[in-house]
Amino acid sequence: MEASVQPTFAPVRDTFRAVATTIVPEAVKLRPDEWGEVESIIEQGLASRPASIRRQLRLFVRILGLLPLVRFGRTFRHLDEERRTRFLLAIQDAPLLLLRRGFWGIRTLVYMGYYSRAAARDEIGYRADVQGWEVRR
Amino acid sequence: MNAKSYDVVIIGSGAGGGTVASELATLAHAGKKVLVVEQGPRFAEGEFSGRELEMAPSLYQDEGGFLTKEGTMTLAFGRAYGGSTVVYTGTSMQPPERVIGQWNVPGLTHADLAPRAGKYAAQNNVHLLAAEELNDNNRLFVEGCRNAGYRAEQFPLNVKGCRGTSLCNLGCPHGAKQGTHRVQLPAAEAAGVEVVTRAEALRLGERTVDIRVTEKRPGTKGLPSEWAPGEYRISARTIVLAGGAVGSPALLLRSHLPGLPGRVGEGFTCHPAHILAAEHARPITNDVGHPKSFFLDRAVEEAFVLETCMYFPFTTAKNLAGFGAPHSRLMHAYPRLQMILVLACDKAVPGNRVAVDRDGNPVVHYRFTRETVQALVRATRASAKIFFGAGALRVHAPSADPPLIERSDAARVDELIDASHFKPGKISVSAAHLMGGCGMGGNAKDSVTDSRGVVHGRPWLRVADASLFPDSLEINPYLTIMALADRVAEGILEDVGALAVEGV
Repeated sequence: MEASVQPTFAPVRDTFRAVATTIVPEAVKLRPDEWGEVESIIEQGLASRPASIRRQLRLFVRILGLLPLVRFGRTFRHLDEERRTRFLLAIQDAPLLLLRRGFWGIRTLVYMGYYSRAAARDEIGYRADVQGWEVRR
Repeated sequence: MNAKSYDVVIIGSGAGGGTVASELATLAHAGKKVLVVEQGPRFAEGEFSGRELEMAPSLYQDEGGFLTKEGTMTLAFGRAYGGSTVVYTGTSMQPPERVIGQWNVPGLTHADLAPRAGKYAAQNNVHLLAAEELNDNNRLFVEGCRNAGYRAEQFPLNVKGCRGTSLCNLGCPHGAKQGTHRVQLPAAEAAGVEVVTRAEALRLGERTVDIRVTEKRPGTKGLPSEWAPGEYRISARTIVLAGGAVGSPALLLRSHLPGLPGRVGEGFTCHPAHILAAEHARPITNDVGHPKSFFLDRAVEEAFVLETCMYFPFTTAKNLAGFGAPHSRLMHAYPRLQMILVLACDKAVPGNRVAVDRDGNPVVHYRFTRETVQALVRATRASAKIFFGAGALRVHAPSADPPLIERSDAARVDELIDASHFKPGKISVSAAHLMGGCGMGGNAKDSVTDSRGVVHGRPWLRVADASLFPDSLEINPYLTIMALADRVAEGILEDVGALAVEGV
């Protein structure tokens, strides 16, 4: 636990958010305070993981940001939605396990941050309640 | 380091440890000192909020996302007073006679295990839910199975006063699930067995175990430990390892006891699982009612088992393949989703094992065999047929590319769902039934313990958890773990009796 370290994705925030909005398109509508909530949930999830994991994740986001230069001549942030999706689909299907695993990790964190929020539960119609059948019949 | 002394120390409080503790209550009652050491916290009534974000980090190791070394599968195991029995769904299956026979462990028979499992089924109120307690998600599974030519069976469940919150995997908010935290441990404590929570077993010595008790961090769930924070060396006549298929072998490995059997950590297996989802035209009751009431057992014929399930938003999102608009559309169809959990009957193979890193932390090495991948693919095809048989509009199958299969393609599921689309690292695979690592057998060359859990060459050291399984159980394991733990406790009681006769 490193309470005073900066958030994992702070140095690559713009790229991270661009990747996140490609993974969850509804995230484009998030207000700054809602982004704060998403990122805080992710940070909380990463808090117990070794610092090396957090470094690797940050490095992977950097790689995601720069790799499109090779194929599209632009960084990830400067791609349109269609190209962002094509690029991430290629990473998700990459022959190299390391790339697939890295993307799976980022995707999982984005889903954790987005779908763990109360607002997202309401948005998708998730209604589980500690009162169970009592409030549904 | 503080020093303490006990007659018996049990490390872990889940299905194995909790059972041994309750069976040794007679010892405690007779004045012997029995201690249970549990890494996780004890929870107060009312702390089970059902919220994924709060409960998963409190109840599971790595929030339920413990990654294998290869990074291609996550393992879920509990860490609380009651271990994984706090977070399972209460499915209570008898040990399968065929599998116990195939294990071929000298001294272990199905005839011996079955009545022991029956004893705990009775103790834990295991029964079938009444029809009016079943939700649409489960009813559709039964209907889909029927229409697809399969026969679904109902799970016996260990619940008492279930209110159908659907939140079993986040700890029942009403204490309805009769895990060891509700039944065996309270009974043991009432008889004088001591339990220390937030206590991690660091390493074993000869008849000793070093533990570290940690402080409750502000803002976290759970009660403080019963002991003051710090390190303790506990000596004991008998030590029982019940930290699960990852915890027990890892503790043995990092302890470096001389002359331990060479197979410690080997033989790890699990039931690798996918969550499949299908979209119906109308909303169904899915996030209310017991989530796992039915199953389809195809272990013998096709090496898989299907179970009904329903998961929380993040877990669902993580387990659906892909991203972007198709993924979002499915998430927004949540009230109309039917879900099935597919489990492969994996076999223990060389290379799949528990190890420790240089700091002594557990590391699980796991690669999917061709047979396991094929079993998952067959299970996914069968599930797709069941979903369509239940009237689903479209099915989400991770081993299809793209993963969404429309109803108009229902006749093509065998073609569309294919092992070539199963890419480790791309598809989410998780496992909760972790087995092996301290397998039972005849001698120190082929196993770690004998059929009563005694570690070969160390009569004071026993194992009482799923790490004893020499191979996959091929069905939900907890009653079998309890039955094996019952044998371990019986052995300890016999030893104590023998010692008493000898005047020790």
